[in-house]
Amino acid sequence: MEWEVVIGLETHTQLKTKTKIFSGASTTYGAEPNTQACEVSIALPGVLPVLNKQAVECAIQFGLAIDADIAPRSVFARKNYFYPDLPKGYQISQYELPVVGKGKLTIQVPPGKNTEAYEKTIHITRAHLEEDAGKSVHGAVEGMSGIDLNRAGTPLLEIVTEPDMRSAAEAVAYAKKLHELVQWIGICDGNMQEGSFRCDVNVSVRPKGTEKLGTRREIKNLNSFKFMQQAIEYETQWQIDTLEDGGKIQQATVLFNPDTGETRAMRSKEEANDYRYFPDPDLLPLIVTEEDKARVKATMPELPEAMKARFEADYGLSTYDAAALTASRTMADYFVSVVQAGAEAKPAANWMMGALSAKLNAEEKATADSPVSALQLAQLLKRIQDNTISNNAAKQVFEALWLGEGEVDEIIATKGLKQESDSGAIEAIIDGVLAANPAMVEEFKAGKEKAFNALVGQAMKASKGKANPAQVNEILKKKLT
Amino acid sequence: MINSSLNTLSQMLASKQISSVEMTNTFLARIQQYNPSINAYIALDEQKTLAQAQAADAKIAAGNAEPLTGIPFAQKDIFCAKGWKTTCGSKMLANFVAPYDAHVISQFDAVGAVNLGKTNMDEFAMGSSNETSYFGGVKNPWDFDRVPGGSSGGSAAAVAARLCAAATGTDTGGSIRQPASLCGFTGLKPTYGLVSRYGMIAFASSLDQAGPMAKSAEDCALMMNVMAGFDARDSTSLNRPKEDYTRGLSGVTGDQPLKGLRIGLPKEYFAEGLEASVAKVVQEAIAEYRKLGAETVEISLPNSHLSIPVYYVLAPAEASSNLSRYDGVRYGHRAAEYDDLMDMYMKSRAEGFGAEVKRRILIGTYVLSAGYYDAYYLKAQQIRRLIVQDFTEAFKQCDIIMGPTAPSTAFKAGEKADDPVAMYLQDVYTIATNLAGLPGMSIPAGFAPSHLGKPLPVGLQLIGNYFDEARMLDVAHAYQQVSDWHTHMPVGLE
Repeated sequence: MEWEVVIGLETHTQLKTKTKIFSGASTTYGAEPNTQACEVSIALPGVLPVLNKQAVECAIQFGLAIDADIAPRSVFARKNYFYPDLPKGYQISQYELPVVGKGKLTIQVPPGKNTEAYEKTIHITRAHLEEDAGKSVHGAVEGMSGIDLNRAGTPLLEIVTEPDMRSAAEAVAYAKKLHELVQWIGICDGNMQEGSFRCDVNVSVRPKGTEKLGTRREIKNLNSFKFMQQAIEYETQWQIDTLEDGGKIQQATVLFNPDTGETRAMRSKEEANDYRYFPDPDLLPLIVTEEDKARVKATMPELPEAMKARFEADYGLSTYDAAALTASRTMADYFVSVVQAGAEAKPAANWMMGALSAKLNAEEKATADSPVSALQLAQLLKRIQDNTISNNAAKQVFEALWLGEGEVDEIIATKGLKQESDSGAIEAIIDGVLAANPAMVEEFKAGKEKAFNALVGQAMKASKGKANPAQVNEILKKKLT
Repeated sequence: MINSSLNTLSQMLASKQISSVEMTNTFLARIQQYNPSINAYIALDEQKTLAQAQAADAKIAAGNAEPLTGIPFAQKDIFCAKGWKTTCGSKMLANFVAPYDAHVISQFDAVGAVNLGKTNMDEFAMGSSNETSYFGGVKNPWDFDRVPGGSSGGSAAAVAARLCAAATGTDTGGSIRQPASLCGFTGLKPTYGLVSRYGMIAFASSLDQAGPMAKSAEDCALMMNVMAGFDARDSTSLNRPKEDYTRGLSGVTGDQPLKGLRIGLPKEYFAEGLEASVAKVVQEAIAEYRKLGAETVEISLPNSHLSIPVYYVLAPAEASSNLSRYDGVRYGHRAAEYDDLMDMYMKSRAEGFGAEVKRRILIGTYVLSAGYYDAYYLKAQQIRRLIVQDFTEAFKQCDIIMGPTAPSTAFKAGEKADDPVAMYLQDVYTIATNLAGLPGMSIPAGFAPSHLGKPLPVGLQLIGNYFDEARMLDVAHAYQQVSDWHTHMPVGLE
């Protein structure tokens, strides 16, 4: 039987606010345990939550970015359960009425072994604000468990999709796109190692062509795209194998073990808590007005989709190039800087996706950390444009820029890469080449096109690579016909 | 002096007739004398108290005195006070020393008032007799065999026995007004949101409200000037302009100061369940109001009978969640021995909470459970809106509502301790105002003879419209100008 996997994601995005969602305690990562735990974080008797306006603005920004309904009135609820790192014995979250309603995100799924690249729209069910819990620390003191409440109360936006994805590749493409978007609009630092972006993936399988969803298992807390891919692939196969062996899937929460590459059930849903949600009487309903939305919108950067369309229209870039350049905010900003510094758009795009991307990938660097600045790349492209250097020479200059050997013109000068564009000088070189290679000239005249290229090569060689190749072509053609 | 009004005490301090230290010592001496039998205070710290009195004297000497500077108050043990044990009447917090000040505490500190100590209360404010306190019951100063009411029983007894100039309390279903009625003094529960709940240990967040417990309406007005006001740390705190609650008091003297005032008398509050002796005193007080120029109209609050059932769904629901933080992990009681995490939770909470608290946690957990939520919690919220509606309609016909505060006078200790429903009925006339968020008040209206001779105080309840505290205080003050019930002191405690 042919099977189909159905995937939905729940992503916990840590919002980039200075202080916690319901108190003034700092959210800075990595401080000594419990040094960022104020009386509200510790849940002392008598303390009360006060909603952080910046967190609300982050949620509104996200809602606007995915073209979602933003609730004029949403409600904070208490999710009640006991756990040592949950100081109040309940988590403040949004339950029935989330701040962000239905929205959508268009993803680019890269080509696979047997598939072409394609676009797909993923529907987002909701996004709601909530607070993070603290952390249990085991073994810091022999035989004891400690609680670090620095993270308790950190603002999270939980983003939930419809079960729209049909492969691990789609799920990863969605996660990457979302990861990029939240950084693009500046609401999350995207640091997956520090837990700023964590995904729970719901996976089920069903016979292809059927409608009814299979029983799902939820893979918890994936904090890398690689693990997500592996976990989904393993989990999908496991479910298919189980069903084909005549077994049944039990709804469960599973964990992925990166060492074994396997998923394993943590607890079954039957043992799940009854969270006894009810509206938090300490907080008023969250009201978002049209004015609030307009005010937030005015502060938002141009969104990737809009920028992509603009790149196509203004610069004549292909959809593919425009999509690639707007895959990340830093990439797009870099591109805009290069163009604004006077470089032509198409070569800029080609160089960014060619030499620059190759180097960045090879050295596992982010665009933001590129040793070649946008201004340097623009200068380099200008020198190609004004015929100072050839494309080949430009590659050498780029290498030198990467290694920090100086500025563009400086490198051209020291390396003697300036192109010869004086037609008199080139003519003299060509005359010499023609005189020295009568056989090649004969071959060309006999109809061998290849001989022409050989003569160009000889001329370039004679000029030590500095002659303008276009001029060499032109003059040589004139001389031979 | 111990029977003087806050204004008089303030004048005595201003005129250097007495220092704050002397005044404070007078009350501390009374506490030393009477508290062992009454058990009104559960935390005393003479050093801290006298240091505040000295600071107040310095403030007065420097000419920076405010109306309540140097006056000694009792604080209900529900308010966190930095460096003070703050127990909320529970074993769970028996050793908890608050590291921060509640808003109410810091408001009193800011004007240089003196904190005499923390007063006894029903555990986590759950009770109407102060008998659920881990630190033992409180005697009603009018009759030591009887309860002072609750949950602010310690503050009530301290005010009645003149063991403080005045006290703070909190009222979730009647916890200021019912003890005020049973102990014969003036207590005000303000409009929900007027006094910040920050640092006030939560029982039922949507109902809890702090207020003054004092001898007279005038004293309550002075305290309201200190207690009320916006606090950004409480999201339900109302951002309104500061009011002077004493502003109308001087205007209610003369022949018919309340001419034109329409008093609504809810027929449901004078029906079955009200003790005849209490009804008589309340009717007499209302007759007095007619003499002051007010007219009375019969009104109806048709959903009154649902107040108690609704309250005992909503308050326990909120409480069951509010009390989850007492898990033995970070502070408070932790069982000495346990096997694992779950065992630690279970033993710590089983040992740390008393029976009434456990009963309410059970009820609250039940009504919020999947499958019961709609039938209980949601339904109760719907009825709560009907109760609000009742008052909205009533205030179209009247300016203020009057009736009994409690159905009976102070009852004997132990009399209702094993009958929770009988105990819950103590708040039958007070709970609706909490559900509606309205201000309510109880003022001394006279005494009912008890069977064994000792007369017991009876309170008259005033219910105002939202933010109508100033008018309520004026109306109460007008009565206190022509009556002296609020000046009576329990026999033997002079």
